[in-house]
Amino acid sequence: MKRWERGRTLTAIVEFDSVGLRYGTGAEVLRDLDFRLARGGFYFLTGPSGAGKTSLLKLLYLAQRPTRGRIRLFDEELSEAPRDALPAFRRRIGVVFQDFRLIRHLSAFDNVALPLRFAGKSEAEVEGPVREMLAWVGLADRASARPPTLSGGEQQRVAIARAVIAQPELLVADEPTGNVDAEMAARLLHLFDALNRLGTTVVVATHDMSLIAATRGAQLLRLEGGHLGDPTGNLRHPPSAVGLA
Amino acid sequence: MLSWMFPPVPERRLLPDTRGRPMPWVIGIMMFVTVVVAAAGLAIANSASVVRGGVENRYSIQIPDGGELAATAASAARSAPGVTAVRPVPEADVRKTLKSWLGDAASNADLPLPSLIDIDLAAGADPAAVEQRVRSTVPQARFTAYKEQLAPLARSLTALQWLALGLVVLMAVATAASVVLAARSALEANRTSIEIMHGVGATDEQVARLFQRRIAIDAFIGGAAGAGLAALTLLLVAGVSGNIMGDLVGGSLIGPGGMLLLALLPLAFTLLATVVARAAVLKALRAAL
Ligand SMILES: Nc1ncnc2c1ncn2[C@@H]1O[C@H](COP(=O)(O)OP(=O)(O)OP(=O)(O)O)[C@@H](O)[C@H]1O
Ligand SMILES: [Mg+2]
Repeated sequence: MKRWERGRTLTAIVEFDSVGLRYGTGAEVLRDLDFRLARGGFYFLTGPSGAGKTSLLKLLYLAQRPTRGRIRLFDEELSEAPRDALPAFRRRIGVVFQDFRLIRHLSAFDNVALPLRFAGKSEAEVEGPVREMLAWVGLADRASARPPTLSGGEQQRVAIARAVIAQPELLVADEPTGNVDAEMAARLLHLFDALNRLGTTVVVATHDMSLIAATRGAQLLRLEGGHLGDPTGNLRHPPSAVGLA
Repeated sequence: MLSWMFPPVPERRLLPDTRGRPMPWVIGIMMFVTVVVAAAGLAIANSASVVRGGVENRYSIQIPDGGELAATAASAARSAPGVTAVRPVPEADVRKTLKSWLGDAASNADLPLPSLIDIDLAAGADPAAVEQRVRSTVPQARFTAYKEQLAPLARSLTALQWLALGLVVLMAVATAASVVLAARSALEANRTSIEIMHGVGATDEQVARLFQRRIAIDAFIGGAAGAGLAALTLLLVAGVSGNIMGDLVGGSLIGPGGMLLLALLPLAFTLLATVVARAAVLKALRAAL
């Protein structure tokens, strides 16, 4: 297929080809998604509540398989990847879940350390980076606190620290600033930006237009009723083309 | 090989520490019953082989109308090849035995008594040759093997051994089933944590190890406690009945091999629980994405 070949020369990190998703026997919540994300890009995903933003991100971080269509990630066909291959993919992806998804009985430190430990890092390689990251999100003194004793914003920052700790190739964040004040939101965005400069591709779902406005060079994807609209009007040769232009 | 049992401290924290889990109790009770049943089975097997061994080469010659013929038969037996001992049973002993059947009539001197002669053969001797030698001098002599007389007893002892073995296997199956249930409920209780671990790149193997370790520890604690309690109980029972039983079988009811087998039971159950838990957890994990 021509489209795919072109995508690859543009070093796409994510490619969706006629992707659809339905939950159970319900109607499709995502329809005919055709797009590529360029390696090293910074993308915002917007759209009204219920448009399918979280669902699309779930496809990206492999919490859902599409009910039709094909997804390529890191230049590999996901639909052909056996279950055993998924952990290796997931280790290259950092995720900030909309509902944080922290492990309740583990301290903030242990939650942030999870990706490193499952990747087989030694405690010596875990300690320093985790402390540093907790300090970055302003939680240095809350390292031993458990999530139920943290405020919503603090939990969100722990979730963000966990998502970026392993310097993922792809960072997927679902409403990552929904529970923090404007100042912290700006600070977190700065963190994403720094990561992006180091080569991480960033995809952020958000309703926050000021966040989008504050990030220069970012691309905008708009979901509405399960369809991907494109304010810039060039989705078929999407942000990757723009990014390289 | 056992490194999964001793993970670094942070990994041990991944599953919450839930006190008062039922698993060690269930395994403990199963283990207690299993060890008692297995010990009973071993004791029966031991007694059976002692009884069998004692009469393996023993034969009985009966001469219906006794008298001098008995002496003739005894000397014929003595001269037969492979005969190691010939013991005419004293008339008083025969009467004593008959008394339990006939009551006081057995003491009546007019009662015609059969003569009995016990003979032992060397291992490998041909009983048919001995019988022929005896019957060639005393044709009305009846020649029987003790082991034939004891055959019904031997059969029921064998049946009891199989029953004990069957019960041990059943207990193992029940243990495995309860481990599957425990593993499933542990998975259910930690469902969100598991999803999160998968989400940050944990493999099924890494997740399964956590549960496998927990159940192995529970099984080992329960198994050791149950087996220990069973050992104590058995010692108490042996203390009460030890003298009689000991005399009967001429020594300890359960030999060193049997003791080792019993001691290995908790380890075997721990291994069983671990393998079953691992399989159950991996199967359940594969059902998720
Ligand atoms: N697990 C699920 N089972 C069934 N339907 C679901 C499930 N998750 C989401 N949906 C449905 O899919 C549609 C899209 O949901 P999704 O969570 O992706 O929207 P969203 O754009 O993230 O919304 P929000 O901005 O409120 O977070 C909704 O109609 C929702 O009801
Ligand atoms: Mg959402």
